[in-house]
Order: sequence, then structure tokens, then C-alpha cells
Amino acid sequence: MEFFADLHIHSCLSPCGDDEMTPCNICGMAKIKGLDIIAITDHNTARNLPAAQEVCDAYGLLLLPGMEITTREEVHLLGYFPDVSTALEFSEMLRTHMPKGKNKPKFFGNQLVMNSDDEVIAEEDCLLIGASNFTLAEASTQVTAFGGVPVPAHINRGSHGLLVNLGMMPEEPFYPTVEVWRHLPCDEAVLRGKHVLHSSDAHYLGDIQEREHALRLDHESVEELLNWMRSVKKETC
Amino acid sequence: MTINELIPLIEAKELTKEADLNKEVLCGYTCDLLSWVMGHGQEGMAWVTVQTHMNVIAVALLSDMACVIMPESIEMEKESLDKADAEGMCVLQSPLSSYEICGRMHEKGIPAE
Repeated sequence: MEFFADLHIHSCLSPCGDDEMTPCNICGMAKIKGLDIIAITDHNTARNLPAAQEVCDAYGLLLLPGMEITTREEVHLLGYFPDVSTALEFSEMLRTHMPKGKNKPKFFGNQLVMNSDDEVIAEEDCLLIGASNFTLAEASTQVTAFGGVPVPAHINRGSHGLLVNLGMMPEEPFYPTVEVWRHLPCDEAVLRGKHVLHSSDAHYLGDIQEREHALRLDHESVEELLNWMRSVKKETC
Repeated sequence: MTINELIPLIEAKELTKEADLNKEVLCGYTCDLLSWVMGHGQEGMAWVTVQTHMNVIAVALLSDMACVIMPESIEMEKESLDKADAEGMCVLQSPLSSYEICGRMHEKGIPAE
């Protein structure tokens, strides 16, 4: 079956995410756009996922719990997790690997933690825009250890893309799935044998994807999605 | 100037074991975006970078560089150093900043290209 998904969306908890990217607004927009599955992937935190899960359940959307981790090489790595509580555990662990500085909302933007009624319940003071002290390999190992799947984000993009910061796809670890920034070209040879995601990396409501990229899954579940992402792509001639 | 002569100049120690320290250093460079370095690397280059990923070694080998220099006493992961040793690439570690390292190399006549 085909499902339409946008698996890279920032909420108002990301400093660079628009304050209008509230759980209800994101889910409402995803519903209007006809999506089946969304992932909310804030920078280095999962704290808006409990609200997102409640709203997705109410709207009949499947939530893939995610985060966007900044590695020591300043590469962005998406981590997708089996459930919200696991993502929160990962988030708490990652917090201890983040720089000690505090967010400066006027400069970097607000970091709003919300409930499912779109009410601000906390302001995150961790400097989420910073980089963790995990290397790309270490961060990938950690995501996997938590039962998740690591997916390098927008690998072909100039800022924080793996291919730009590290020059080429590393020999190890092997990433069965990568995300490609759809507005820029990407070397086809790099993508051979990999599943490719073309998610939006939306920071504003209007940027959330339409029904553009279909995922073919046996059924609609987080487990099925994670299994697909960690499986080696079968090449069809 | 050879790598052997460069080591005291930048107060460095060698992190690798298999490299030929008599290799000539022909030019110096500093940059941390590896895709950029792939387009600008040159033979005999002494390259200063804070990146420690294994791809650093691959990029250095690609241009047949003389050595990679970690500034500010940054440690490189074992996997990267093993790769460097397997390929005979030299990795140095200096307590100085990238700016200071490049300044000293330039002062002693190591050109930009």
C-alpha cells in the first residue's frame, strides 16, 4: 500500500522553528495536505512528541517519533524511534552531551514545549542549536542501541549535510536510508542501494509537504516504517 | 621542510606510527568542510582541521598530502588513526590553534600553494 509522509518537520521547540509550528497546527496542516504519516524532528530534543502523539491520534495521523541530532562534525542526523517514551529517554541522554550554554531566545528563537491544547507548558533552556559531543558514528550507534534507526539528513545540502561536511559517504556505519534535500541535485552513485527520503525539513507551516512522496509499506505502523528504513534496498532492474 | 622539521615548529606530537616523517611539506592549508578540501587539496600539503572523522584520512590521501594536523590538542578517534597507519598518512597533534599553526608555518616559508 502507498502512504504519503513528511518525516522531517520542526515544531516551535526548535529554536529556528516558527512559533506557529504548534502540535495542533502541524497536525492540522498535515491533515489538510492529505498526509498519512508525519515525523516531528526537533533539534536535539523530543519534548514536544508527547503532545504531538496525542494530537496525531486525535487526527488519525501516524506519528513516527523522531529527533534531529547535531553531531560533533556538525552533521545533522535524524533518529527515528519505536515510541515516544523511547525518544524521550534518548532525548534526556543526549541532553548530557550538549554544550553547557543556555539558549538566547532573542537571537536563536523560542524553544516552546507545548501540550496537546497548544498551550506553552515550558521553555527549554538547553542550547538546542548547538552540537552534541557525539561523533556521527557514536550518535548512530546510540540511536540504534535505543531501538531506533539513524538517517543522515539532507545529505546534499550545504549547511549540516553529510556529503558537504564530510566530503563523501563514510564507509561505516552503513546507512540503508538517507534523506536528500529535494531542491538540490545529489550524486546518484551515492544513493545506489539506499532508500531515499525527500522530506520537507519544514520550519514553517506552509513548507509541510503535499502528497508528493509515497512510501510503499505492507501496513501503516511505526514498526513497519522502522523495519523498512533499516532494511537493505533491493535493487530492481 | 620535512614533517620531522615541522613537528618542533608547531610543538606537535605524532599520533600515527607508520608514516614517513622525511616527507617534504610543500604547502599549508586550513579548512573543516571536507567537500571543500577535496576540491583544494594539493600534494605535500600540511592540512590543519578540527575534524577527526575517518573521511579526513581519505581526503588527505586523495591529494597525496604530507600530513593532517589536529590543532588545540584535539584527539582523533582510533578508527581514523588506524586507517591513517594502514595507508601511511601522517597525523600530528598540536596544542596550538589553527591560526597559530598556520602563522608559524607561513613565517618559515611554507607557501599557501
